Amino acid sequence: MNAEAGTQLQDARIGEWRRVSTLTLVVNTVRTGGQALIPIGFALYSVSKEGGATGWAALALGLGGIVLFSLMVGGAWLSWYRLRYRIGENDVRLEQGIISRSARSVPYDRIQDVSLEQKLIPRLLGLVEVKFETGAGGKDELKLSYVSESEGERLRDSVREMVDGEKAPVTHSEAQASETRAEPVGETLFAMDTRRLLTFGLFNFSLVVFAVLLGAMQQLEFLLPFDVWDAVGDWFRRDGIEQAGALVSGYGAAAQIAALVYSVAALIVVGMASGIVTTFLRDWEFRLERTPKGFRRRRGLLTKTDVVMPVHRVQALVLKTGIVRRLFGWHGLSFISLAQDAKNANHDVAPFARLDELQPIVDASGFALPHAAVSWHRPSANYRADKVALSAGLCFLAALAFLVARWLLPPEAQGLGIGAVIMSIFGVIFAVQQAFLWRYHRHAVDAQYVYTRRGWLAPRTEVASRIKLQSIEVAQGPLARLRGYCDLKFGLAGGSFAIEGLPLEDAQEIRARVLESIAAVDFAKLPR
Amino acid sequence: MDTEPLTKLDPAYTTVMRIEGALTVLPFLIAATVLGVVGAFPSPWTWAPMIVPVLIALVFVILVPLKRYMARGYHMSDDRLRVVKGVMFHADTVVPFSRVQHLDVEQGPLERTFGIARLILHTAGTHNSSVTLPGLAHDTAVAMREDIRAHVKRESL
Repeated sequence: MNAEAGTQLQDARIGEWRRVSTLTLVVNTVRTGGQALIPIGFALYSVSKEGGATGWAALALGLGGIVLFSLMVGGAWLSWYRLRYRIGENDVRLEQGIISRSARSVPYDRIQDVSLEQKLIPRLLGLVEVKFETGAGGKDELKLSYVSESEGERLRDSVREMVDGEKAPVTHSEAQASETRAEPVGETLFAMDTRRLLTFGLFNFSLVVFAVLLGAMQQLEFLLPFDVWDAVGDWFRRDGIEQAGALVSGYGAAAQIAALVYSVAALIVVGMASGIVTTFLRDWEFRLERTPKGFRRRRGLLTKTDVVMPVHRVQALVLKTGIVRRLFGWHGLSFISLAQDAKNANHDVAPFARLDELQPIVDASGFALPHAAVSWHRPSANYRADKVALSAGLCFLAALAFLVARWLLPPEAQGLGIGAVIMSIFGVIFAVQQAFLWRYHRHAVDAQYVYTRRGWLAPRTEVASRIKLQSIEVAQGPLARLRGYCDLKFGLAGGSFAIEGLPLEDAQEIRARVLESIAAVDFAKLPR
Repeated sequence: MDTEPLTKLDPAYTTVMRIEGALTVLPFLIAATVLGVVGAFPSPWTWAPMIVPVLIALVFVILVPLKRYMARGYHMSDDRLRVVKGVMFHADTVVPFSRVQHLDVEQGPLERTFGIARLILHTAGTHNSSVTLPGLAHDTAVAMREDIRAHVKRESL
């Protein structure tokens, strides 16, 4: 304990304890207030519905609201007051908690990266959330919410310098430190202008917004001044049905088709519009730069993110595309990295680009896309046969069940024969699909990388570096053991990487070869 | 490289698994006894519920521990550890020492009674982030840990 106090005194020179920005109070109050608003609204609504909302009830409710609000503000202030952080000599420390305190220390050599994120309200107030990523997988990351933009930048720079100071030799780190100051002038690898965003948005066609609207309507129906379904029913009952029926039949075939076309067109327009809106919100001013510290990606309209991915943290590449966008030559590239994005495990580095635009990014990451000379291998033929048999077999079993039912049940039972036919057709379709997809399911290993590719119309290619793999497992289920194939699962930091259904001998041979590369380089000596 | 002979685990591991199996059977045994004593089933079938715990005991106390023991094994070479396991679902994992982040030797109360331990290798990978090798004699586990640690230390210097 004494020693700890000593180091604390010593560390105080490096950075004293600080609190996060006072404006955090505003953000937290607005946020919890927003959450509390719905229950309060419900309470108000139910009281007013009962009709006794005058006098005492209203007064009690008002007083309750005030007490609740002051409690919220008080709580926010207390937790702000009791939270402090320090950039020390060896670690970042954070102490928090109103009654039960927690003190966390993250040593610099465990910090993978520092990223800044701005959601809408903090952004209006000029605040950022600072995340110290340790590669722990998102849950236990150290977060500081919120500090001012300048403090965020300062924290990031000083922590980065500390991290590098720990790792790099002194002469090297001096050179790097001078580069740090010049960081903003990175070489732009990829950026998306408004036109590109618009095209990307069109491909992000989505009808989710419909589902959301319908769901919201069902949930919040009772808040509307009238009952939607009753109103619709009334309208139909009153005059709708006869009139509409008369109208529609009066329109004739051409008009009916026109109406159909109109509704389909409306669906398409809404789908595209929602695609464009979500794309603009997420990828506004998308910019990927190559800085001395690694790849720096900035994007976002309302929630701005600024993420730096050190090159040596990139564990694997994922190249993917869509069925339609592939026809127009568009592809997306993302990294699997130790430090992870909050929402999806991948770091999108170029979500919508031409292949030749991706090449410089791939080169900068030290990886390579599979070249023409790579010899691809397919999964075992037994694997294909089993997949076909399994996926079709279930359907045929169902068809058989229909036939048995037809035989057993009295003749009044209708549609059983049709059911059997439909299930058999499904069985055939699945069998053909599995047999066909197998042709597009392949893997390759060359001197430096392991490649996998899956999918026919929208292929997805993954590239992992041999020396950056952590472990290799040969896994077999009972069927696989009987039929002599297996899955080869690689331990990859921050993601998963596996080759499925390859012959056992191939798997063992690949494992032996890749293990030689892994064992030859120690984790601590992996290229940085 | 997959032809090298696997080292078997400590035989006491089977005993531990048998006791664990017996603990699984216990609630069923109690339930069946209660049903028998209460006489929930008519005369010749009074003790029929006992069939369930007996069957479970056959599987979990006799069959499964033996099968598991037979299926498990490991091989330690000078730069990697291979762990094999799985009766139905076979898994054969190799962890190079150069990728080991840290090591644990763990013992539960039952394991301590029989002097065995689990060796756990932690890697940075998301899949197989910790590879467990159970059923080692405690001394062996500690010796293996020291060997691997020495290797990790030597390599990262």
